[in-house]
Amino acid sequence: MIRMDLSKSPYIAPFLRNRWPQFLIRAVTLAGFIFTILTGLIGSEVGSNNFAVIFVWIAWWSALKLFFIPLGGRSWCSICPIPMPGEWLQNEGIFKPRRFQSSKRKNWPKALRGNWLQAFAFLLIGLFGAVILTSPRVTALILLGLIIVAFILSLIFERRSFCLYLCPIGGFTGLYAKLAPLEVRAKQSVLCAQHGEKTCYQACPWGQYPLALKSSANCGLCMECLRVCPYDNISVNLRPWGEEISKGSKPTLDETFLGLMMLTTALADAAIFLGPWGKLKAAAYWVGTSAWWWFVIAFLLGALFLMPGLYLLAVWSSTRLARSGSTLRSALTYFSPFLLPLGLTGWIAFTISFAFTKFSYILPVLSDPLGWEWNLLGLSGKASVGEISPLSSFLQVVVIAAGMFWAARTARQLSSSHRQVMPLVMFIASFGIAMLWLLVG
Amino acid sequence: MVVSRVKKVKQEYWARAILLVLIGAALLIPFAGKWLQAVLDDFPTLVIHARMPENGGWSPNRITARVGEPLKLRLTSEDVIHGFSIGKMDEPSVEIEPGKVVEVNLMFNQPGTYTFYCTRWCGENHWRMRGVIEVVGEGTPVVEDQPLYLKIGLDIDAPHPAEEVPSNSVDPQQGSTFARLLPSYAFDKQTYRTSSPAKLWLRLRAEQKLIELSDDEIWNIVAWIWEQQTSPELLAEAKQLYAENCAACHGETGKGDGVMVRDLMPPDTEGHSSGERTRPPDFTDPNHLFGASPALLEGKIIRGGMGTGMPYWGPILTNEQIEALVSYIFQFAWEK
Repeated sequence: MIRMDLSKSPYIAPFLRNRWPQFLIRAVTLAGFIFTILTGLIGSEVGSNNFAVIFVWIAWWSALKLFFIPLGGRSWCSICPIPMPGEWLQNEGIFKPRRFQSSKRKNWPKALRGNWLQAFAFLLIGLFGAVILTSPRVTALILLGLIIVAFILSLIFERRSFCLYLCPIGGFTGLYAKLAPLEVRAKQSVLCAQHGEKTCYQACPWGQYPLALKSSANCGLCMECLRVCPYDNISVNLRPWGEEISKGSKPTLDETFLGLMMLTTALADAAIFLGPWGKLKAAAYWVGTSAWWWFVIAFLLGALFLMPGLYLLAVWSSTRLARSGSTLRSALTYFSPFLLPLGLTGWIAFTISFAFTKFSYILPVLSDPLGWEWNLLGLSGKASVGEISPLSSFLQVVVIAAGMFWAARTARQLSSSHRQVMPLVMFIASFGIAMLWLLVG
Repeated sequence: MVVSRVKKVKQEYWARAILLVLIGAALLIPFAGKWLQAVLDDFPTLVIHARMPENGGWSPNRITARVGEPLKLRLTSEDVIHGFSIGKMDEPSVEIEPGKVVEVNLMFNQPGTYTFYCTRWCGENHWRMRGVIEVVGEGTPVVEDQPLYLKIGLDIDAPHPAEEVPSNSVDPQQGSTFARLLPSYAFDKQTYRTSSPAKLWLRLRAEQKLIELSDDEIWNIVAWIWEQQTSPELLAEAKQLYAENCAACHGETGKGDGVMVRDLMPPDTEGHSSGERTRPPDFTDPNHLFGASPALLEGKIIRGGMGTGMPYWGPILTNEQIEALVSYIFQFAWEK
C-alpha cells in the first residue's frame, strides 16, 4: 500500500518531534476554551452575537467535519484542550512524558469500554441540540462540564479514559478517523519486539501500543510515541482515504451502533436545522414541553429502533441471499464499515449548508466577542446570513453521491456476490436519497 | 546531563508561564473591556435587557431617575424584536433588535411615575411587558384627573345591553338637519360622555319637540352627535392606535376575532363572570355597543382587566387618545 512517512520529512519532522509547537497550539486552544466559556456565561444571550456559539458551533464544529477529520482523523484530539489540565497533572509537568505506572490510578471499568457511552452522549446532545446550538449559556455550561468531568476522571482513572470512553466528540472523531489519510504506526516490528521497555506504550496517553495499532480509531496523534522511541521506529504516514475499512478490519458491535447513530443524528439535524418544518424546530427547541417529549420519543425510536432495524433488515437479507454460513450477529459487525463513508459524507454535506451560510458571523464576533457593542476589528455588525448558493448545493450532491458510491464499493468488497450486496446498496441509497432530499430537495 | 536537565526545567517553567499568561488574558479581556467601557462613557448608563414576558420581560423593570438629569439607557433584546416607548409621551418608539444595543437618552421635567412598555407584538403576553420609571426631584408632579367613570360611579363590569338599536343604517348627515330642534343638553359634551347611544335615543324620543320625527330619524341625530365629538384626524390617529394595540385581540374589523383570541370561546353574554378567558365582544354588534356610554368604554380602556386578559392602558395612552379610540370603536357599530 502507498504510504508517505511524514516523520522522515526534514520540514515536518521537527514540528512533530519538538514539544513546543504542539504545546503552543494547546495553550492557545486552552486559553480560547476558557475565553469561550466566559463569553458564553457573561456575554450576550443572543447566540449570533456571542463568540461561544459562533466559534463552537459554526467555526470549530465545521472545521472539525470539513478539515480535521477528513484530512487528519483524530488530528483535533492532538490539540484539544479538554484533557490537558488532567494530563499535565498525571505527567507532573507539561514537557514530561508519561512515566510508567506512576500515577497509580484505576483502569477504566471493562463493562464501560467501547463506544457505547460516547454513542449515548452524542444522542443526548442530539436531543438537546436545538438549545445547545443556539444558547451561549448552555454551550458554556456544556464546555465547562466537559472540562470538569475530564479533569475529575483524570484524577481517578488512568490515561485518557475520558477521551476514549466518554467524550461524545471523541466517539465521532475516532469512528471516522478510520477513513482518514493519516496514521501513526511502528516501522519495523522486529525492533519493537526486541525492545523490552516499550517506552512508546508507557508514554502513550491513550494506552495504545503502536506495534499493535490496526485502527486509528483510538490513536490521538499526539506524537508522544514518536518522541520517546529510542530507535526512531515510529512513522507518521499519509495513506489513501478509507484504506483501513476496505478489508481486514474487525469492527465491534459498539462501533456499528455508533455508526448507525451518526446516520440518524445527521438526518435528524438536517431535518431540524435545515428543514422547512417550523413545528419540528419548535418541538426540538422548547425542552420540557409535550411537543419536545414527542420529539424525544421520535428521535429515540429512530436512533434506537428504526435505523438499527433497517440496517438489521438489510444485513439479514444479505446473509439470506448469500447462503453463506455466517451468523447474523457476526454479519452485523462485518458489514458495518460501509456505514462510515456514508455517515462522514452525510455530515460533511450537512455542514456545507449549515455552515457556509453562517461563516459571515465569524469575523463580527471576533470584533465583538461578548455582544457588548465592542468594535475591536472594525467589523462588528457586518453579519448577514448568506444565501444557499447553487455551488454549495452542487457540492452537497457531489459529496453525498461520492459517499454513496464509496459506501457501496466498500459493501461490495465485503460481500461475496453482486446478489448479496443488493440489500446493503438499497440501505445506502435510501440514506443518501433521504439526505439529499433534506439538504437540496 | 546536568545541563540538559537544567534546560528542561527552564523549558517547563517557560511553558507554564506562557500558559498562565494566555489563560490570564482570556479571563481578563471581558472584565477589562467592561471596565474600560464604563470609564469611557460620558455619564452612567443603565443596561436594560428585553425578553418576552414569559422569560422575564424588562430587566430591570423599575428605574429611578431625577428631574432634569439625563438618563441614558442601553437597550438590548435577548430573544425577538421588541420596542421601547414611554407612556403618555410623544417620543417615537425605539426598535430593539436581538443582540443589538440601542441607546436612549431621556430627561424628565416633572416628577412622577412613568410607564415604559413594549411596542412590538413580541408574544402572547406582549402587553404585560411593562416597566416603571420613578422620577423624583423638584417640580410639580404630574397629576392625573380622576377618570370620569370613577367620578360618576359607573360599574364598568356590569352587563350593558342596549335598550334600543337602529333597525336601518344610520345617516348622520340627515340627522344634522334637525340640529335646531334639539334641546341644549344634546350639545353638551358631558351628555355624550355619560350616555349610551340607546339611552340618548330614548331621551330624545321622549322630547315633545321631536315627536314628529321617525325612530330612524332620531337614530340619525344620535349618530350625528357621536360624529360631532371627533374629527377625521383624530379618527386616523385612533385607527393607527387600534391597529397597533387592539386589533390583535379585538380584530381589525372590531368583530372580536383577532389572531390572539381565535382559539378562545365566544364572549359570555351574561358578562365576564364565568372566570374563563373568552373572546372580546363584537364591536360591530349595536346590541352590545349601543348600551355602553363613552365613559364606560374609556373606563374599560383605562382599567382593563375584565377577566378577559384586557390590558390596562391608563398609564400609556393620553386622555385624548383614549377619547379618539372610543369614537373609533363606536364607528364599528355605526357603520353597520
